[in-house]
Amino acid sequence: MSYGARDQVPRMLAMVPYLRDRAGVPVEQVARDFGVSTAQVVKDLGVLWFCGLPEAVTGEMIDVDMDALDDEGVVRIENAEFLPRPLRLTAAEALSLIVALRTLRASTASAERDAVERALAKLESAAGDGAAAATSVSVLVEPADPAVTDAVRAALDRRRRLRIAYLVASRDEQTERDVDPLRVLTEAGHSYLEAWCHRVEDVRLFRLDRVVAARVLDEAAGDHADVPRRDLSTGVYQPAPDDPLAVLEVAPTARWVSEQLPVESATDLPGGRQRLVVRVGDEAWLRRLLLRAGADVRVLEPDHLGAEVVERARAALAAYG
Amino acid sequence: MTQGKSERLMNLVIALLVTRGYLSRARIRQVVEGYRDQADAAFERMFERDKEELREIGVPIEVGSYDPLFDDEPGYRIRRDAFELPAIALEPDEAAVVGLAARVWQHARLARDTSGAVTKLRAAGVEVDADRLSLVEPRLTAGEAAFEPVWEATTSRTPIAFEYARPGQPPRLRQIEPWSLLSWHGRWYLLAHDRDRDAPRMFRLSRMVGAVHRVGEPGSYEPPTDLDARTVATQLLPDGTAGTATLRLRQSKGLALRRRASEVGDPVDGWQPVRVPYASELELAGDVVELADDAVVLDPPTLRAAVVERLEQLARADGGGGAA
Repeated sequence: MSYGARDQVPRMLAMVPYLRDRAGVPVEQVARDFGVSTAQVVKDLGVLWFCGLPEAVTGEMIDVDMDALDDEGVVRIENAEFLPRPLRLTAAEALSLIVALRTLRASTASAERDAVERALAKLESAAGDGAAAATSVSVLVEPADPAVTDAVRAALDRRRRLRIAYLVASRDEQTERDVDPLRVLTEAGHSYLEAWCHRVEDVRLFRLDRVVAARVLDEAAGDHADVPRRDLSTGVYQPAPDDPLAVLEVAPTARWVSEQLPVESATDLPGGRQRLVVRVGDEAWLRRLLLRAGADVRVLEPDHLGAEVVERARAALAAYG
Repeated sequence: MTQGKSERLMNLVIALLVTRGYLSRARIRQVVEGYRDQADAAFERMFERDKEELREIGVPIEVGSYDPLFDDEPGYRIRRDAFELPAIALEPDEAAVVGLAARVWQHARLARDTSGAVTKLRAAGVEVDADRLSLVEPRLTAGEAAFEPVWEATTSRTPIAFEYARPGQPPRLRQIEPWSLLSWHGRWYLLAHDRDRDAPRMFRLSRMVGAVHRVGEPGSYEPPTDLDARTVATQLLPDGTAGTATLRLRQSKGLALRRRASEVGDPVDGWQPVRVPYASELELAGDVVELADDAVVLDPPTLRAAVVERLEQLARADGGGGAA
């Protein structure tokens, strides 16, 4: 991170009104709130000490209580009446925050939604240009059945176990299972319930639009604090290291396929074709993807996978005579 | 060096904020510590750069005439009402959702913009707890290389040009006026007026190849005011015409299609007729082919033909090595 004036000046312009409001705030708290180290906060305060009214007015500099900082680790400033409020939000700041709130609104259940609406209304009126620009961005989240989201919400709030009917798309099966809900998250435009599944005795993600029905049970849900939550920074689908590999050759017209697959490596071939090595634990899922992709994707390995796809296509054709 | 510069910029802001009228350059040079000892040319350069940097971080520096008798010499000031964040009072639950919103963006530049906004709100007295645990954690990613320039162009209404690669075709140069950016199923799309085709078009950001160029000034056009991005999106995304298809599904199979069905008939010999509304025939054909011999299209004939054609292509392939 750069501590140039480009970062420091906006931070100090916010820090003055922040500190005026919070006399005696611990320096660690300031560092946390501004996302910098405590050493940087101390440097900022050192600069502020030399800032103030021009001599012609009164010559008063901001007064930082350095003793309190050294002895107690708390921050007090005085003589900063000329900066009572932070700078307006820039258009970019207002825009990013408003779009983030709208995403929250699109993903959230009824209870929180009201608070999001109110916060949005207040920020839009305080934001000016950025709010106007926000009309040119929209985030669509696939809606889930309200009866399902309400049940999930209730189970989370009351820490109860939940019985769900869940559609396993790759196997075209509906399963029933009892789960202890952990949290709801949204990734790639879909909302997911992360929960401890009693059937597989592990943490699983359930896409909310595939939860067909949900009922809150009387049993308390475990908190499973010892089980690591999924890290979604690399996407929802995370293959296991020992999942089998498949090699595919993809025509340029089927580039979308590579966007949906956990690609280990890709090699460009003549004519815009690509050879992809993918790691897929669930072969049924891959078989369905290959059927959907049609002749644009060739299976090079494993042999049986290509044969199964052809066999299923021939069986399907029989019905059309 | 940084320290001296930050100090000078802060003192310049304060001087311009507390002045009653416009301050002349000469006066600014006198009262702002860091300028006093500079030679004429060095001061001019420094002051120009400082003004520019302050404007970039959003400080509204006004230029006017400081002397009503001699209006050729510019003066400067910052109007407090243009500088200060207006009063904003958030209830605790509203402040809490702002804290959650701060974690939504997974894109470096936008995450920084959001936390800049949150820092200012906090400085205005809003108690935002950024570590608050929540049950709902939406995330917005933007991995597309074109995302940042397109975001910039769309929000500033700037015409742009880029090479666009449609599936199965070589990239072509498109000149467009961006109307609206749309995140849909985790991907970013741009709804824009295509200048060459003189019609609205939808672009997928991941298919923009290479650099995005500006081909006009910011604010040089107005998007339609009655734009409903969601409606236009469903019309322009893959092949448009909506309808209802009649399918035959093997009993207890095709569960995803059943969920979308408007009607499910009684089973006969282990099969059930279902009626499924669709936005895109192409998508629905994919959904049906995926089910292989668990689904048969009865109507419309175009969908039936599309499914048969795709199955024939798959079936023609020789067994061992997959589709040849």
